[in-house]
Amino acid sequence: MSGIPHDHYEPNTNAEKWIDKRLPIVGLLYDTIKIPTPKNLNWMWIWGIVLMTCLVLQIVTGIVLVMHYTPDADLAFASVEHIMRNVNGGHMLRYLHQNGAMLFFAAVYIHIFRGLYYGSYKSPREVTWILGMFIYLAMMATAFMGYVLPWGQMSFWGATVITGLFGAIPGIGEMLQTWLLGGPAVGNATLTRFFSLHYLLPFVILGLSILHIWAFHTTGNNNPTGVDVRRTSKEEAAKDTLPFWPYFVIKDLFALAVIFALFWALVGFMPQFLGHPDNYIEANPLVTPSHIVPEWYFLPFYAILRAFTSDVWVVMAVNWLSFGIIDAAFFGVLAMFGSIFVMALVPWLDTSNVRSGRYRPMFKWWFWLLVVDFFVLMWAGAMPAEGIYSTISLIGTAYWFGYFLVILPILGVIEKPLPQPATIEEDFKASLKNKSGGNGPSPEPVPAE
Amino acid sequence: MSHADDHESTRRDFIYYATAGAGVVTVGAAVWPLVNQMNPTADVQALSSIFVDVGGLEPGSQLTVSFLGKPVFLRRRTAEEIEAGRAVSVDELPIDQESRNPNKPGTDASDANRTMDDAGEWLVMTGVCTHLGCVPLGNGAGDFGGWFCPCHGSHYDTAGRIRRGPAPENMHIPVATFVDDTTIQLG
Repeated sequence: MSGIPHDHYEPNTNAEKWIDKRLPIVGLLYDTIKIPTPKNLNWMWIWGIVLMTCLVLQIVTGIVLVMHYTPDADLAFASVEHIMRNVNGGHMLRYLHQNGAMLFFAAVYIHIFRGLYYGSYKSPREVTWILGMFIYLAMMATAFMGYVLPWGQMSFWGATVITGLFGAIPGIGEMLQTWLLGGPAVGNATLTRFFSLHYLLPFVILGLSILHIWAFHTTGNNNPTGVDVRRTSKEEAAKDTLPFWPYFVIKDLFALAVIFALFWALVGFMPQFLGHPDNYIEANPLVTPSHIVPEWYFLPFYAILRAFTSDVWVVMAVNWLSFGIIDAAFFGVLAMFGSIFVMALVPWLDTSNVRSGRYRPMFKWWFWLLVVDFFVLMWAGAMPAEGIYSTISLIGTAYWFGYFLVILPILGVIEKPLPQPATIEEDFKASLKNKSGGNGPSPEPVPAE
Repeated sequence: MSHADDHESTRRDFIYYATAGAGVVTVGAAVWPLVNQMNPTADVQALSSIFVDVGGLEPGSQLTVSFLGKPVFLRRRTAEEIEAGRAVSVDELPIDQESRNPNKPGTDASDANRTMDDAGEWLVMTGVCTHLGCVPLGNGAGDFGGWFCPCHGSHYDTAGRIRRGPAPENMHIPVATFVDDTTIQLG
């Protein structure tokens, strides 16, 4: 790829030359797999591979589940039970798919926070970041529609609440909601269209993921120092990098083995640990479960959605300023989508010219507070919408927006960063020295970790 | 060579515009059916109305029926509930001061404008929270003795008016009439 200088593919045999003249796909794959990768990547750089693996796992298990599932409001619930009880190994396939979605989200959150800490969103990787945000949005849409398919109580009422978000848009909301649902309320028409889109969107995610990889292969990976790979010559670049294959592939496979051992323990021994028993009651349009909770991976944003009630002064002020067009319900919807939108804008909100949080003494504290805030919101989202929990959600929401809209822009101006290493090679050697007790020989092809 | 100087090329310009125009029309014609197919189907849209026998309903009890895919609450209110509803003036309603009653369009949300009969005994409304569409819990639930939505904590009073919480409107009232003493027609 362009960017970091390195050896490119040369077709040697006649067969290779023949195909390369007609379709240079071997060269494309070779250059992709041999991409020079910063030596000093740490364990936070394994999550991309984990995510790719999750996507493949979900597509493969999904395709076979569809062979037994029936998308019909009268039959869907029973067909899922049919998968659980009658289909050979069906319970395992479904549990893999269900828990696979959770691993997918756990990995994507770590991946996003990794990017936030090490400044991976900063120039020149803005496009990678924005594509990542689109992937995240597509993941949320896919997971939401997939959760509706078993047609349990949580499926039905989750769908009612989430499509109600669109109904809260002033003016066109009701029309839009009816169009989305295909009727006045969630029903068979809703189920069949969600099924169709749930099958489609993973392939959109696959396409976006390829663009995401293409984008950061063009700019080169970020790394824990945030310092750029030297590009003046192939020799210098080689001192900062190692080829992705085999060094990083082996490292990533090891990490995958560890993570999937834990994942299989969850799937095998406690597959329902993170699920909701209410979803094993068939959907009933006349009874709302007493406590509707989305899956854990949506909880932080769910907390933001319901933090704003009409007695919050911000809501009252906005309502008054907009002549009543923006009411509490619409405000909550704007806040929820806004919380992701401000994250997408972070390349332009962060004014610091230091990439990595490692060299930003004040930033570190605010960053870790954001991580804590994420978990607090997750917890508050699972609690009933009343009393102290509403207040906690409101404070958590305020910090989320404050971090992106106030703290990051100001920090870049007032913070005095620590000295950064001149090159990645320097940082890599220093890390080896620390490990071998000070007398650092720098043996060459040691896989970075 | 610009097109303005060369009158010979106006024929080419015409072809550009005609092609672009045909392209826009074709794309529009292709997209609209794909969008429109998601609107409610004919069988869903078919206007329906149902008759509900409320003869067996005692004061303080409630019937829930399914109408157009949504629950409808038919409540025969007790004297206390009527009194509680009428004790609140429209100015005291903090969120929504419209009746949301298509049977009495454009009226304010006084208790009398929400009910079917003048005595205020019969309250019929679509049992859908105006926040995000959950079914509120009834039988005196919530801080105002009416309904409470478990999803996001909206409190409705004995006339189904929103008093506190994220819901922006009073619970909606469907088109409803008494066809005889014990039968209500919905729709």
